[in-house]
Amino acid sequence: MNENPAALVPELALLGAAVLGLLAGAWLPRRRQWPVAVLAAAACAIGLVATGLAFPRPPETVFGSYAVDTTTNVTRLIVLVAVLLAVGASVDTARARPRETEYWVLLLLGALGAVLLSGATDLLLLFAAFLLASIPLYALVGWTATAPGTEASMKYYLSGAFAGVTMITGVALLYAAGGGTAYGTLRDGLAAAGGRSVPALAAVGLIAVLAGLAFKAGAVPAHFWVPDVSDGTPGPVAGIVTTIPKIGALVAADRLLSAAIPDAVVDWPLIVAILAALSMTLGNLAAFFQNSVQRLLGYSAVSQVGYVLMAVAVGARTGQAAPALLLYLAAYAVTNLGAFAVAAAIVAPGGGPARAIDDHRGLAGRRPVLATALVVCLLGLVGTPPTGVFLGKLAVFTAAVDGGMAWLTVLAVVNTVASLFYYLRWIAPVFADVRDQQTTEQPRRARPWANATALAAAAGSLVIGVGGGLLAGLFSGAP
Amino acid sequence: MLSLIVFLPAAAAVVLAALPARLPARVFVGTWIAAALADLALIVAAWLRFPGAAARGGYAFEERLPWIPSVGISYHLGVDGLSLPLLAMTAVLFLACAVFALRETRRVKLYVLLFLALQTVCLGLFAALDLILFFLFFDLSIVFMYFVIAGWGHAERARAVALKFFLYTFLGSLALLLGFILLFLAAQPHTFDIVELAAANPLAAGGPYAGLTLLAIGIGLAVKTPTVPFHTWLPPAHTEAPATGSAILAGVLLKMGTYGFVRIAMPLLPASWRQYALVALLVGVVSVVYGALVALAQNNLKRMVAYTSVNHMGYILVAIGAAGLVVAGDAQARSLATTGAVVQMVSHGLITGALFLLAGVLYDRGHTYDFGAWSGLAARTPRFAALFAVAAFASLGLPGFSGFIAEFQIFTGSLPAAPVPVAIAVTGILVTAALFLLALQRLFLGPLRTPDAPGTPRAVVDLRASELVAIAPLLALATLIGLAPRFLLDLVEPAATTVNTLVAR
Repeated sequence: MNENPAALVPELALLGAAVLGLLAGAWLPRRRQWPVAVLAAAACAIGLVATGLAFPRPPETVFGSYAVDTTTNVTRLIVLVAVLLAVGASVDTARARPRETEYWVLLLLGALGAVLLSGATDLLLLFAAFLLASIPLYALVGWTATAPGTEASMKYYLSGAFAGVTMITGVALLYAAGGGTAYGTLRDGLAAAGGRSVPALAAVGLIAVLAGLAFKAGAVPAHFWVPDVSDGTPGPVAGIVTTIPKIGALVAADRLLSAAIPDAVVDWPLIVAILAALSMTLGNLAAFFQNSVQRLLGYSAVSQVGYVLMAVAVGARTGQAAPALLLYLAAYAVTNLGAFAVAAAIVAPGGGPARAIDDHRGLAGRRPVLATALVVCLLGLVGTPPTGVFLGKLAVFTAAVDGGMAWLTVLAVVNTVASLFYYLRWIAPVFADVRDQQTTEQPRRARPWANATALAAAAGSLVIGVGGGLLAGLFSGAP
Repeated sequence: MLSLIVFLPAAAAVVLAALPARLPARVFVGTWIAAALADLALIVAAWLRFPGAAARGGYAFEERLPWIPSVGISYHLGVDGLSLPLLAMTAVLFLACAVFALRETRRVKLYVLLFLALQTVCLGLFAALDLILFFLFFDLSIVFMYFVIAGWGHAERARAVALKFFLYTFLGSLALLLGFILLFLAAQPHTFDIVELAAANPLAAGGPYAGLTLLAIGIGLAVKTPTVPFHTWLPPAHTEAPATGSAILAGVLLKMGTYGFVRIAMPLLPASWRQYALVALLVGVVSVVYGALVALAQNNLKRMVAYTSVNHMGYILVAIGAAGLVVAGDAQARSLATTGAVVQMVSHGLITGALFLLAGVLYDRGHTYDFGAWSGLAARTPRFAALFAVAAFASLGLPGFSGFIAEFQIFTGSLPAAPVPVAIAVTGILVTAALFLLALQRLFLGPLRTPDAPGTPRAVVDLRASELVAIAPLLALATLIGLAPRFLLDLVEPAATTVNTLVAR
């Protein structure tokens, strides 16, 4: 068995930084815990370098149940870049707070869980990674210890506990049906036993496991936590929980379905397609008349999962699905974090973060650059060229049509147009002319780090869109 | 060279963006005028250097860089006889709008930046030879136009109208994207390149797949054109948009739809186009008649001009529909019809651009477009009346103006293919003539009456110098094309013949 720990440098860097950070945090003065943030960023940098070096290496499986291939490497890249952006967006929120160290450590552990989810090739490792991606984030959501934050944390935890129990039940059922938990064994077992009463067992088990992953991804039917958590937490935290675990969960779902479940036994493309259709439609409908920007972004996150699930649904039918999935996730992670960073960068007249759409009225006049970044991120979420998500959408739509799911593509097109409505409800007031009204003049750079992160994310979204050729080439090695 | 033409306005916008907004408005508008002039000079140079008649029919000034090679997307620009006249028309119209904008006072920096970006997008669309590049510019034109309408429209209502415009046309653009994806998947190897797709002709066999592809692309373009029944976004968008926004919307953005038909739908889906050409023709006839009749019933000048756009775009659909009826029409007639369609695009851009700018002048003087509020203006504002009369006559297709050349070619070319529908479409000209004469009569003849709502300026002034300089050249060009059309037709005809050969194969 290949037990080469050198293949796991990015994971070990995240873990090491989390442990070191926790120890360091215990000795640092309460008001000066910023070195932990630096440590987190350094871990990401190390991880990125190690991933870059690992790219040319042939795919391998380490410790019997963890695949290190193009898909894992790309997921590492996306998650690590997302963590860097999240760190940048969070500095203003977390700095000099009594529990600053915990914030960074929880973020690192959650990210580690997301990476592990993507590489798992065994149901038990998948479940362990699920727990690692969940538990630190429950605490992170409740980190502010405000009333809405606690409520959000409670809701997140209860949904997560329920999803976890469902998922482990599903693992047990799949084990019973296929006679193994490793994906290869499971596939052979299910294929060999096909035809008897096993398909029903496997189907129930698969749906239960998918329910757990859907919880992490914020997809229907396990999406109920998303709006409350997005609305009840600081902007950066909301960005983290709606972005980072989603990356891992969706890649994990794709790997599980393609590698372990023969679609002759369970018609999982249809199941995933239905989940995709429900996610994008329900998410959009609920987002229409939201007045809190973070709640709006939360529902938008639910609908975005729907588009990504389209690629998962056709994962076994067309070679274009896997690169499309990764491209969409990369573009989405950057764009979504950018939108939440904008929300975190704006200070409401009362002093807290600007939560209502009305707080953004006339933003273009006060902070034109930030307003531009907001427009780029929001139109990016719609999928307007030349932003990254446009390329992602193009790839996903192409894969879905190629995979014989044109009906799903048409639904996605209709949903994209519908989503434009609520993004524009946010954009329009930003450009309102408020010169004649009494505006509360804000300190220009009240939250410089979130501001800079928003700009970086918007620029990144455009770079992915224009330089997409490079990324697409990188991702096309994915199976 | 084409990249320079396309991105020169954007480069000017980047430079201007770095300047503080409190500088005098003249700095921004002046730079815009300079950039538009330089761009127009470049296009004229390209026109003069365009290869001789023998080589026409192919693309000139091609530029191709790999963009996303793994999915067959490239940065591919090129012009031929179909796109070069539209590029020139776009540059002329933006120059006119730049001069007209000298009188703009609201948030001038942002306004100029938006229009410069819009200019790059419009030029890029007509030069694009890759479906994704085409889509990129198609979509961005909607985004920038949304901000123009929402930011500089007439009232709070403008925001709702802009939203409707964005949603409606965005739906069209996504239908277009769906069609492009279907085309991409049909080609082997997969590619988004228009030239390669035209050569490979992947859907030559027709069938339901090709039919669905044409349906998706057709709906996408029909929304933008717009044809009946997808036109309902147009009149409110025009009514609420600022004058320059309306001129660009009608003059350039609508052409994106019709240009898409001749550039993409016809050459890339020839079998289906032949099969469903009659549908396009009939939609065109309905648009012609319906647009004209509804325009006749309007009491609002701008709405009336907007509906005449539906009518004029209808002629183009009639022509390209007839061009697809290979069996019924002879080759020469079909070529004539396609040429007429392209000339109509140029002509409509110039004339309707002028009409919307004139409507903007009227609004500036009295803050209303209502026919009932104005009367007897000819004595008070002779220059305005003269230019408006010229524009109206040009628009209704009087010989001597470009509209006549275009419509004459369209009808002559289409009549052999489908005599009865085309004969019905000719009545559209009659109605248009009636409605423009009625408008002239209501605005300019009779006793003097001007709106006296609170806040309107007391004395109605005639055209100012900048307005005159903006509008008169558009009409002069329309007259030039009407009197000496050879310079334009020599360019368009070979390209139109090429398109028809592609359709007929």
